[in-house]
Amino acid sequence: MPANAVKARLGVTFWLAVLWLAVVAVSAATADWWALPAFDRMDWDNLSALPGTQKSDAVLQNGGELEQRKYIYRLGTDTMGRDIVSRLIHGARISLAVGLLSPLIGFFLGGLLGCLAGYFRGRFEYLIVASMDIILAFPGLVLLLVITFYLGPTLKNLVMALGFLTIPAFSRVARARTLALSDLEFVQAARLTGAGNLMILVREIIPNVLIPLSIYGLLVVAFMIMAEGALSFLGLGVPAPTPSWGGMIAEGREVLDEAPHVSMIPAGIMFLTVLSFNLIGDGLRNFAERRTSQL
Amino acid sequence: MTTIGKKLLRFSFVVLAVTAITFLMVNILPGDVSYIIGGETATSEDIQDIRKDLGLDRHIVVRYVAWMGRVVRGDLGESYLSHEPVLDAILRRLPVTLELLIISQFLALLLALPAGIISAYRTNSFVDRLISIGGFATISIPSFVMALVTIYLFSIQLRWLPATGYTPFFEGPWANIKSFLLPALSIALIEWVVLMRVLRSDMITTLQQNYILMAKAKGLPPWKVLIQHALRPSSLTLITVFGIQIGRLLGEAVIVETIFALPGIGRLLINAIYARDYLIIQGCVLLITIGYVTINSVVDVLYVVLDPRIRTETPNAG
Amino acid sequence: MIAVGRKKPLLSVQNVHAFLSTSRGSIRAVDGISFILERGKTLGLVGESGCGKSMLARTLMGLLPQATVVGQDATIEFRGQNLLTLPAKQLRRIIGKDMAMVFQDPMTSLNPVIKVGHQITEVLIHHLRIDKQTARERVLTLLEEVGIPMPNRRFEQYPHQLSGGLRQRVAIAIALACEPQLLIADEPTTALDVTVQADILDLLARLQEEKQMAMILITHDLGVVAGRTHETAVMYAGKIVEQAPTSKLFANVCMPYTRALLDAIPRLTDPPHTELRAIEGQPPDLLENVPGCRFAPRCQWVKSRCRTEEPLLRGVSNPQHQFACWYPFTGG
Repeated sequence: MPANAVKARLGVTFWLAVLWLAVVAVSAATADWWALPAFDRMDWDNLSALPGTQKSDAVLQNGGELEQRKYIYRLGTDTMGRDIVSRLIHGARISLAVGLLSPLIGFFLGGLLGCLAGYFRGRFEYLIVASMDIILAFPGLVLLLVITFYLGPTLKNLVMALGFLTIPAFSRVARARTLALSDLEFVQAARLTGAGNLMILVREIIPNVLIPLSIYGLLVVAFMIMAEGALSFLGLGVPAPTPSWGGMIAEGREVLDEAPHVSMIPAGIMFLTVLSFNLIGDGLRNFAERRTSQL
Repeated sequence: MTTIGKKLLRFSFVVLAVTAITFLMVNILPGDVSYIIGGETATSEDIQDIRKDLGLDRHIVVRYVAWMGRVVRGDLGESYLSHEPVLDAILRRLPVTLELLIISQFLALLLALPAGIISAYRTNSFVDRLISIGGFATISIPSFVMALVTIYLFSIQLRWLPATGYTPFFEGPWANIKSFLLPALSIALIEWVVLMRVLRSDMITTLQQNYILMAKAKGLPPWKVLIQHALRPSSLTLITVFGIQIGRLLGEAVIVETIFALPGIGRLLINAIYARDYLIIQGCVLLITIGYVTINSVVDVLYVVLDPRIRTETPNAG
Repeated sequence: MIAVGRKKPLLSVQNVHAFLSTSRGSIRAVDGISFILERGKTLGLVGESGCGKSMLARTLMGLLPQATVVGQDATIEFRGQNLLTLPAKQLRRIIGKDMAMVFQDPMTSLNPVIKVGHQITEVLIHHLRIDKQTARERVLTLLEEVGIPMPNRRFEQYPHQLSGGLRQRVAIAIALACEPQLLIADEPTTALDVTVQADILDLLARLQEEKQMAMILITHDLGVVAGRTHETAVMYAGKIVEQAPTSKLFANVCMPYTRALLDAIPRLTDPPHTELRAIEGQPPDLLENVPGCRFAPRCQWVKSRCRTEEPLLRGVSNPQHQFACWYPFTGG
């Protein structure tokens, strides 16, 4: 957390991060509409080309003439001559999909379990906490590797496996908040007015847990993107031909000495995206804390 | 102490659950498990042996108990590829992973200590902000990217260290350490942030204490006040954070070992996954997880023991 | 203290202001303090909490928090050197060696993770550069001098194994280790048991005489300075409001605040269950700049002039007895 988060406002870095994420999200969503070479189109004349390399294509037109079409590889090409920009944008789809969808699983399932555990206490709480402990007993990456190994490397399985892993973390945060909230007066007051458990949960507890949980969720998203990157890097993520940032970084490894950009550009993009989520999550958390402390 | 007793109970329960889950990993697969364990190169004889071993006709709980019996005796099966006993394969590689973990934590401390001390001493100064921004940025870098960055910097550009390759300790201590430097650095460059933050927070509290003012009143120079008076009371949380980090460290070790081709447990696991060597996978998961749980429990107990509030006080009349 | 004769005083404090910056503004915690201390003499500094006496002590030792500014033309001359203009490194050679301080709360002023003996030897080793063995022997002697029985055993113990009284004796040992010429005792007994207080104060008085040390004894209890100090200064709201040789002060109280402090001391001759005569009201908020005498709102004998003009500290008939009041009880 930056030491200069003494500011009560969301600073410039916050909005820059939001801007970056918007750029990434929009590019990913509109991937197919861009006038870019297909992400799996190999250009054997321009392997591991530097950013800015120009490519001339001779295209046969209807009238039998050869037309020169120029294309500039804005960020260069990878080891098989594929356009990096195109691959980045398509890879963004995977990263964002995994990054945003997996935490949702943890958010809903883990959040719900945590709230219930924190509210009802007793044996039920003990059971949930014990189950979470067992999941947490396995070092994260090890468990992730094994689950994806068993389920098979499809996008759906990846999202589910990662999502499953986030359940304990979310449940912990939700439970802690619920425990703190249950002690507060407005919950006691609701009880006294005869409100049933379900009502209290839905009206008082859950709305107040949602916001901190969502802010925490942003940090989880950042972590998920890194985790997906690691898996793809190891070759255990979404399989070819779909590009992924981690996979691109792995591919660039063999030319790290001559053409570092092949690895470093996707690495940089991933870094910026993860950093943005961290900045936003952190900024919102400080902002929320400042708001509540002024109450 | 019943607190320790309770923790011991919890520890045993978790370990039991872990063994059950790892057992199920191999034994609830669809299809004939013996073929899967045997792998693609198994002969029908091998399959028959496996069948007998597993006692596939018996109830799953019976099989679990039998398996546990074998595990406790050290028999984790054999790798179908190399026919090497799983336990041996793992134990051979354990020292490498341990050495990696130790060296990387040491390097992380080396980075975190001065950073934490300085930023606590001069809070909100330029240096403090720089350190915290640097820290914030570094934890947004995944370990495999950090590994590539260190390779690019130190191996390719500066040519100081080799990118891969491992020399066992007995063949040359210095070469051995050198083969761990880059991998450990990749991990340390990320892990230092957590340590630094914890230390900074503790130090800030400590520096506000009266006894620090007293130390200054003795005329001691700032460095002595910081290191001899402020550091020790602030290190308690640091020690416990160490333990908590092991989980992340294990994950990073897996990746880093693979990238730098270090023959550790992480690499064994990854290669087993590529080769679908089920029994190795099972053995690795079992041992890594039990080790992880044990370390966490030890740290848990240690914290109870070291907490000065629990230390008995015997004020004497005077 | 007024300078007597031509010998230079050990400590000469002139016009010291200290401004503490807080979120609500700048507080003038020490407001134009001047006094002189001769070698071997004791000055009692008395005042309520918040009157600035601890701040003054810190200013003398150079231990102010970072957000404090000392007035530009202030001087603190100690053995001829102006401590305020001395570079930090040189100041550190004086602090702890020639000038030392005992803090108020012995429960928090000792480092909990370092052995008691080591906390004393480190001063000796740092300032006098002697070796560990010699330092240890000297510390054992010191521990005996401050009245700690079984010094060998206590040397190896940690602070939490000692009682409050013993800890304060250790703090005194730390302060006296290098035989300082000036000892500042900031409310040394306030945090201690009543039964132990007299012991510690007597110990300080005895040590001061033996070693011919100058001492500033800071307290909120006027009764403490009686018989133990050569001169007493009474502080209120950052200023000195009355100053005199101690016996004269008790004999001829001039300023109403001092009178009130005197009255507040419970006396053995009072019948049981006599109510404590506490001073009504609160010390002033140092942020505001109110005209007139700062004690006026709480003074029983306040007149109209007190609220408009601030009285200056001056002696009338006796230059050694100074006070800041328009309507003192006696002429001084």
